[in-house]
Amino acid sequence: MLIECQDLWKIYRLGDVEVQALRGLNLSIEQGEFVAIMGASGSGKSTLMNILGCLDQPTRGRYSLNGVDVAGLRSDQLAEIRNGQIGFVFQSFNLIPRTSALENAQLPLFYRGMSLREQRAMATSALSRVGLQGREGHYPTQLSGGQQQRVAIARALVAGPSLLLADEPTGNLDTESSREIMAILDALNKEQGMTIILVTHETDIAAYADREIVIKDGRVLLDRNTQAGARPSPSGA
Amino acid sequence: MPAFILLTVWTAVRVLGRNRLRAGLTMLGIVIGVGAVIAMVSIGEGAKAAVAQRVASMGTNVIIIFPGAMTTGGVRSGQGGAVTLTVSDALDLKKRIPLLHETGWGKRDVMQIVNGNKNWNGTVNGVSPSYLTIRDWSFTSGGAFTQQDMDTAASVALVGQTTVDNLFDAGEEPVGSVIRIKNMPFRVIGVLAPKGQSAQGSDQDDIIFIPFTAAERKIFGTQFLGSVGAVFASTERQEDLAPAVEQIREVLRLRHRLQPGQEDDFMVRTQVDIGKVQEGASETMTLMLFTIASISLLVGGIGIMNILLVSVTERTREIGVRMAVGAKRRHIMAQFLIEATTISLLGGCLGIVLGVVGARVTSVIAGWPTIISPDTVVTAFAFSVAVGLFFGLYPANKAARLNPIDALRYE
Ligand SMILES: Nc1ncnc2c1ncn2[C@@H]1O[C@H](COP(=O)(O)OP(=O)(O)O)[C@@H](O)[C@H]1O
Ligand SMILES: [Mg+2]
Repeated sequence: MLIECQDLWKIYRLGDVEVQALRGLNLSIEQGEFVAIMGASGSGKSTLMNILGCLDQPTRGRYSLNGVDVAGLRSDQLAEIRNGQIGFVFQSFNLIPRTSALENAQLPLFYRGMSLREQRAMATSALSRVGLQGREGHYPTQLSGGQQQRVAIARALVAGPSLLLADEPTGNLDTESSREIMAILDALNKEQGMTIILVTHETDIAAYADREIVIKDGRVLLDRNTQAGARPSPSGA
Repeated sequence: MPAFILLTVWTAVRVLGRNRLRAGLTMLGIVIGVGAVIAMVSIGEGAKAAVAQRVASMGTNVIIIFPGAMTTGGVRSGQGGAVTLTVSDALDLKKRIPLLHETGWGKRDVMQIVNGNKNWNGTVNGVSPSYLTIRDWSFTSGGAFTQQDMDTAASVALVGQTTVDNLFDAGEEPVGSVIRIKNMPFRVIGVLAPKGQSAQGSDQDDIIFIPFTAAERKIFGTQFLGSVGAVFASTERQEDLAPAVEQIREVLRLRHRLQPGQEDDFMVRTQVDIGKVQEGASETMTLMLFTIASISLLVGGIGIMNILLVSVTERTREIGVRMAVGAKRRHIMAQFLIEATTISLLGGCLGIVLGVVGARVTSVIAGWPTIISPDTVVTAFAFSVAVGLFFGLYPANKAARLNPIDALRYE
């Protein structure tokens, strides 16, 4: 099992007010799955993704990744996991401003002590993997939203992670760009066996996944397999 | 790791390049601070070297005894007229104190000297032949007078370079010519090699030496016969100076019949003491520059800290992104420390230029010698790196302590 969550709680305290973003959530995901997470705004999807991505820690409960209980790890060990095992794609792209596409895509390798030449070579191939060959020198402001998100995907996959987390990756994009992004994620899952967990509001985006999980009030409301024939045909939608 | 440092430095340079005015203003304190450090050290070293050279020009292991009591602060009282030091004092010191290699004496005054139609108000010093050896005077032409000249009160003179320049035409050979001192004819038998300024800053080459006996009988008059302006003594070794000074005091107090508790009616100084007084003067200047340097470096450091805190806040999301893709705390820490050091190093380089130019200008305008050694430049470099690291530490640590998710959510 790649991901196992047992009785996951996340409680935010804002002064006297307590917000329970996750309330005893249980979840297991296997290597190679393509999962869509859906649910109303404020239901706890991002909170869950941040915990799965080791960016945040649960208040209570157990999260193990590849059999390792994440709760007991030090900040450096978490950084190593984020660096090597997880790729994260955000709704707002989160590229480093005034920094070229190539350097943005290089970023995870930069923290591995790799030679500059290797970093460049791997980042260049990651960029061409998302169809951005020839745009290596472009700055974020010189790229469209869809292209920026593709740079972010290149950055997420450059280090060869086994898990890719995408929190509403198409939320800021038009239909055409969204389709391009989803085609890339789909190929990563189908061709490379990368595990993908995707948060989305849109059913046609969720339809790319093989499994759909609906979250409500910090718990799993619905968990179903959508593998067979639920995918839209390339012509229709 | 080298790739990491290289790219981080490159990132730092680009970040600074985007905010040139801000970076420039931040650097100003470091520039001035390092400039002051360079100027301080090079002026200090230059002054020290000059003092050492002037002290060396006094001779080797020299003790000077002046007549008259010493008042607080080492200033002589009863200047000139005191008849408290005599030729027999000098001779007796030599006889009684084996540590003393040589004693000599002299008596000086400023008076009019004439050569043909030229005249000059110069210093005339009647001295014993031993005085010339103690002071290590050498000659560019001719030579010293002898004990025989001394015994016969011969009318012979040795002239210093300044005196030559004022009394003789260019190219005229002074040796062999006759000059008039207080209307008495003296034959020039030697021209002294230049010594430059004394430790007190007077021109040592404005001088005419004549035998002490001739000075007494023909120039200064016999009113205070046997009294001298100063006694000079020398020892073989430098470590003999201090015990010799003590013995000189004992002998002179005895000879002058001073009661216990009564003040000395003379003053004994060694070459080393005189050097110290002069170094003290240059130390005042150095202290002033040190103060400027410290304050500027402090202000510069605080400027760096401030700009870095702004930078950390402005780039909180960037820090979050970096952490999200695997930057460890030490990577973030290193990034901001490198940025701080880059600012301070750039400032340091400009400061070195400023300091070198400042030192040169000072040496031209104020006539102070300055020495810029590679050590100084290295020290200044080290200083600027240290300031950058020290003041960068707090902001860098603040950035590194951020929680990845909080940093990412920062608006
Ligand atoms: N940092 C935070 N501090 C306080 N409350 C938060 C914080 N992050 C999220 N929440 C709250 O937790 C709940 C779940 O939020 P989130 O996981 O972002 O929902 P979703 O992504 O499904 O829209 C919401 O009620 C939100 O207001
Ligand atoms: Mg969300």
